[in-house]
Amino acid sequence: MPEFNAAKIARTSTGTRVDLVLVSQMVARGAKVLDVGCGDGELLHLLGESRDVDGRGIELSREGVNECVAKGLAVIQGDADTDLGDYPNDAFDYVILSQTLQATRQPRVVLEHMLRIGRHAIVSFPNFGHWTVRSQLLFAGHMPQTDILPYSWYDTPNIHHCTIKDFVQLCNAIDVKIEKAVALNAWGSPLRLSAPWWFWNLFGEQGVFLLSRKK
Amino acid sequence: MVDIQTQHTQAARGEAVRDADRPRDSLIATFGPDKPLKLDAGVLLSPFQIAYTTYGALNADKSNAVMVCHALTGDQYVAQVHPVTGKNGWWETLIGPGKPLDPARYFIICTNVLGGCMGSSGPASTNPATGQPWGLEFPVVTVRDMVRAQAMLVDHLGIETLFAVVGGSMGGMQVLQWAASYPERVFAAMPIACATRHSAQNIAFHEVGRQAIMADPEWHGGRYHLEGGNPRRGLGVARMGAHITYLSDAALHRKFGRRFQDRENPTFSFDADFEVESYLRHQGSTFVERFDANSYLYLTRAMDYFDLAADAGGTLANAFKGTQTRFCVISFTSDWLFPTSESRATVHALNAASARVSFAEIVTDKGHDAFLLDEPEMFGIVRGFLEGARKARGLDGRK
Repeated sequence: MPEFNAAKIARTSTGTRVDLVLVSQMVARGAKVLDVGCGDGELLHLLGESRDVDGRGIELSREGVNECVAKGLAVIQGDADTDLGDYPNDAFDYVILSQTLQATRQPRVVLEHMLRIGRHAIVSFPNFGHWTVRSQLLFAGHMPQTDILPYSWYDTPNIHHCTIKDFVQLCNAIDVKIEKAVALNAWGSPLRLSAPWWFWNLFGEQGVFLLSRKK
Repeated sequence: MVDIQTQHTQAARGEAVRDADRPRDSLIATFGPDKPLKLDAGVLLSPFQIAYTTYGALNADKSNAVMVCHALTGDQYVAQVHPVTGKNGWWETLIGPGKPLDPARYFIICTNVLGGCMGSSGPASTNPATGQPWGLEFPVVTVRDMVRAQAMLVDHLGIETLFAVVGGSMGGMQVLQWAASYPERVFAAMPIACATRHSAQNIAFHEVGRQAIMADPEWHGGRYHLEGGNPRRGLGVARMGAHITYLSDAALHRKFGRRFQDRENPTFSFDADFEVESYLRHQGSTFVERFDANSYLYLTRAMDYFDLAADAGGTLANAFKGTQTRFCVISFTSDWLFPTSESRATVHALNAASARVSFAEIVTDKGHDAFLLDEPEMFGIVRGFLEGARKARGLDGRK
């Protein structure tokens, strides 16, 4: 079961998901990249084509893995929660977790592993602080469902939702440096950089963060 | 009564010896005294020969060579009619025009492994020192020895780097050994349905097979080529036992269930009442027509000794340290001989070595043998992996 409905994420004129374009723009050319939860390999393909990266992937679903490998991508079947421990320190320039953080059992441990394995981490996630999410709980009185996160509370794979504010707090708690942060609105446009965090947390549908270790 | 012929004519035995020295429809490379093979057992084998087949043509810069490695009871007839059985090549599902390994695009090499009985030096071959079959005088060989011999053949063919090394089961062990022994000579590696070491359970199964052969009075302490006779019953039983491990409970049930063979009711005897019994007896009796019992002992032993981690000082990842080879590891859900957990351990070690690795598990109820069968998902993965590797290697003229 995919964690989210990728069809509902805004796309560029060339048909590429805007969040993936944003992630790819954060990656240096020719870098070595691990994509954790790489799905059908769309981001790895994009990174290979546009940034000439040496990309690897981990994906939980067998269908996703086999689709990726058949496309020639270096992807293995594995679980972000259990398998990141197998990778040595500093094995990658970037470790990417795209729209998967909320489905991990231990988001903090996963994030710590990402910054151990990679010199940088890039995390994108749906912002549970978005006003449409908040209003469903506040006014309709039920657990929020959105186009991107269409699941009912009892069958969702997404067990650790967070807001942009929550994520920033986690970064502070584990002493991670936020190199860059972007919030995308529902149409896939980045919000003004000068906007305060509360504004992002209310109007950003997705957060995309570039992180690095504090020395 | 086991339904295996006990009579073995002199003519047929003469034919077996001929295949062991001069196999039909096969090429042979002979390595003379100037090129001895240094074996793990600590002895030099010289002279020796490797029988092989090739398909397709080597390109101008010799970058399109693919080594295909056979499993325990396979041979070099990977994509052509077998001269003894008359059956199609054992991997024609994968190799052929329009198939993932197309001879129009690749120069495909398949050797009979060292220790085998279809033309490469082994216990059934003639010992040049005595003019008699080697029998148990032949030195015990390992998977690493097999790969050393293959590397010497690749040298002989003037090829520096193999584009890919591909194989399943014992063939997969050879693939892993190639990647560990000659990392700079292997651009892409596909170990399928295999492991980096033979498990205790697998060694145990092999020992049962060997004991069946050695318990056959016609084995004559391994000297049956000299003393007459052939341990066909023993080898047949070994094959029957091993064949069960290549299938799965679900596959046996689907194919045979509890159905009776050509009868409505049990005979209340020890005839082959059940279809599954009849099938196994057939597997045993056809196998002994084409395989040498001593060779079976040697090759099962080679698999038993296989342990890449032990060769690398106990840490498997060190076997692949610094490797630039691209790996594609494939396992099958119902394979209990080389279960997915073994492939996963291989993948973990490759990750720890920062290797470029893909890993796919194919859903099938066909057991270990699935790698030889029509598995479209596997073919899609092999094709995709090879296409990606071609691009990276610049085989199609662009990078």
